[in-house]
Amino acid sequence: MPQARTEERSAKEQIARQIRRNIVTSTTAAGSGHPSTSLSMVEVITQLFFGGVMRYDVKDPHNRERDRFVLSKGHGAPGLYAVLAEAGFFPVEDLATLRKLGSPLEGHPNMARLPGVEASTGSLGQGLSMGIGHALGARLDGLDYRVYVMTGDGEMEEGQVWEAIMYAGNHGIDNLTLIVDHNKYQQTAAVDEIQPLDPLDDKIKQFKWETTSIDGHSFDEVEKAFDWAVGIKGAPQAIVANTVKGKGVSLLDSEPGKWHGKPIPPEEEAKALEEIGA
Amino acid sequence: MTFGMSRITLDEGDPTRRAFGDALAEAGSDERIVVLDGDVNNSTYTMDFKDKYPERFFNVGIAESNLVGVAGGLAACGKIPVAASFSVFLLANAYDQIRMSVAFPNQNVKLVGTHAGISIGDDGPSQMGIEDVALACSLPGFTVIVPADAASTTAATHAMIERDGPTFLRCGRPKVPVVYDNGDSFEVGKANKVRDGDDVTIIANGIMVAMALDAAEGLATEGVEARVLDMHTVKPIDTAAIEQAAAETRGIVVAEEHLAWGALGAAVAMVVGEHHPTRMSFVNIGDTYATSGKPDQLLEKYGLTPDAIIDAARRVLKD
Ligand SMILES: Cc1ncc(C[n+]2csc(CCOP(=O)(O)OP(=O)(O)O)c2C)c(N)n1
Ligand SMILES: [Mg+2]
Repeated sequence: MPQARTEERSAKEQIARQIRRNIVTSTTAAGSGHPSTSLSMVEVITQLFFGGVMRYDVKDPHNRERDRFVLSKGHGAPGLYAVLAEAGFFPVEDLATLRKLGSPLEGHPNMARLPGVEASTGSLGQGLSMGIGHALGARLDGLDYRVYVMTGDGEMEEGQVWEAIMYAGNHGIDNLTLIVDHNKYQQTAAVDEIQPLDPLDDKIKQFKWETTSIDGHSFDEVEKAFDWAVGIKGAPQAIVANTVKGKGVSLLDSEPGKWHGKPIPPEEEAKALEEIGA
Repeated sequence: MTFGMSRITLDEGDPTRRAFGDALAEAGSDERIVVLDGDVNNSTYTMDFKDKYPERFFNVGIAESNLVGVAGGLAACGKIPVAASFSVFLLANAYDQIRMSVAFPNQNVKLVGTHAGISIGDDGPSQMGIEDVALACSLPGFTVIVPADAASTTAATHAMIERDGPTFLRCGRPKVPVVYDNGDSFEVGKANKVRDGDDVTIIANGIMVAMALDAAEGLATEGVEARVLDMHTVKPIDTAAIEQAAAETRGIVVAEEHLAWGALGAAVAMVVGEHHPTRMSFVNIGDTYATSGKPDQLLEKYGLTPDAIIDAARRVLKD
């Protein structure tokens, strides 16, 4: 299977800018959606799809041997769609149909309608379990693909996440990597005000996972973390990606508690795109 | 947003979730009331209660199972817990907790599910409560209320809190047309006859009541007089009103913003089948998940319109 690999730092940064741009324009055009949720994940998903981490073939999106990316925090769909489009799963122009009637780019990812989507999500807490299923499928079929799951930090409050963490750890499911997008905010308040999570890496470690905590906007650190994860045998790996909700658009990232689920108003769009620089 | 030639729009009137939030904040002076949230109080409008009575407000985080279990414990202490979230997350995610901590021990917990139906629009099917009424109705001892507009939601909220017993109140996201004036009578378990007629009966709840009234105007131009019953309480169902409608009109149309199986249509059909068989037809989402789209587009696409009700009435009246 061809492996997308864009190792040039400047090329990756350019792709990240493009993804940020498309997150902003698609949600502003839709008049709804979660840009700030999507902006915090950009470096991680760019590295996954363009840093040589994941094997996939956009011409054969259901290839049995493909690596899988499950976006458990499904409201980050604009980010997922932007990276899938950039990778070539569907034309970038289709991003303009986000949330519109008839479009497979629904408000939250729907695996039945869009190739590249590995789990239907939008009810928080469920993606890691789906990821374990995908990972066990590899074992059963004697394949060596890997599974990457991204959750939100608020999402970690769902009990099912911990049921899954306990199972994957106890069973040494090592073709599974969890990335927690630790952007410190959830819908109605800061995570610390609702359910303080830290030290999150230590907590997950107690369930027999290998863990690391990184700056989720540093390509250096993100790249190293995935290299590290792939090298671990006998245990699942968790990457706590410390990020900023709304990263790259000052309107959002200067007040990350205020913008959950809100698109950038049309009159602010030009400034946002200028800041992104794409 | 308007539907075809009809006068129904979703840009007037208050959303039912807003009316719930206002009524809850008002009722909050009763110190037995405690409110539980799963990180969505700015969507359910329980934030108004939170601001007024922070010491009786608990945001347990994105953890619906825990939320319902905690509500059960509070009810066991004599509190009146009002647990509110998106209806699909509350009912579907925490169903066994609802069984074990609320329904089975018959506890006085009020579940309020907002963002019900396909009329939430763009957010798409994962956020739409369209199996919620069926889930709630299947729980022994539950009262299930689906109000039509803001004024009746205000009344329903107060009524729910005043009566004892497990209750599910279903609210929507968008603005809904005004059907009632504030202070109009609202009695749990008793249908409201919002239009009289002797040819056919339309039984509806939620957003479909306004559609039914609109359809009835359309039918009147064809010389068909439709009775419209707002069956806001799905359980316990108003058997007498249904029997009377079956006896006095030539057939019954049931209209609801829900999947076909297990909700208002089923409840009315059970009464009709047992007490007074008559012709029936059903307007609902059918047996499918919806997609993303604007609320009015989705209602049109999935056949929840006055025109669909008119067609259903014609089917019932056809000899
Ligand atoms: C089971 C469930 N409960 C509630 C919601 C509503 N909801 C959508 S996003 C969100 C906050 C998520 O916060 P976090 O996981 O931190 O994601 P972020 O947007 O910060 O990346 C909530 C409560 C949901 N989608 N699913
Ligand atoms: Mg977060």
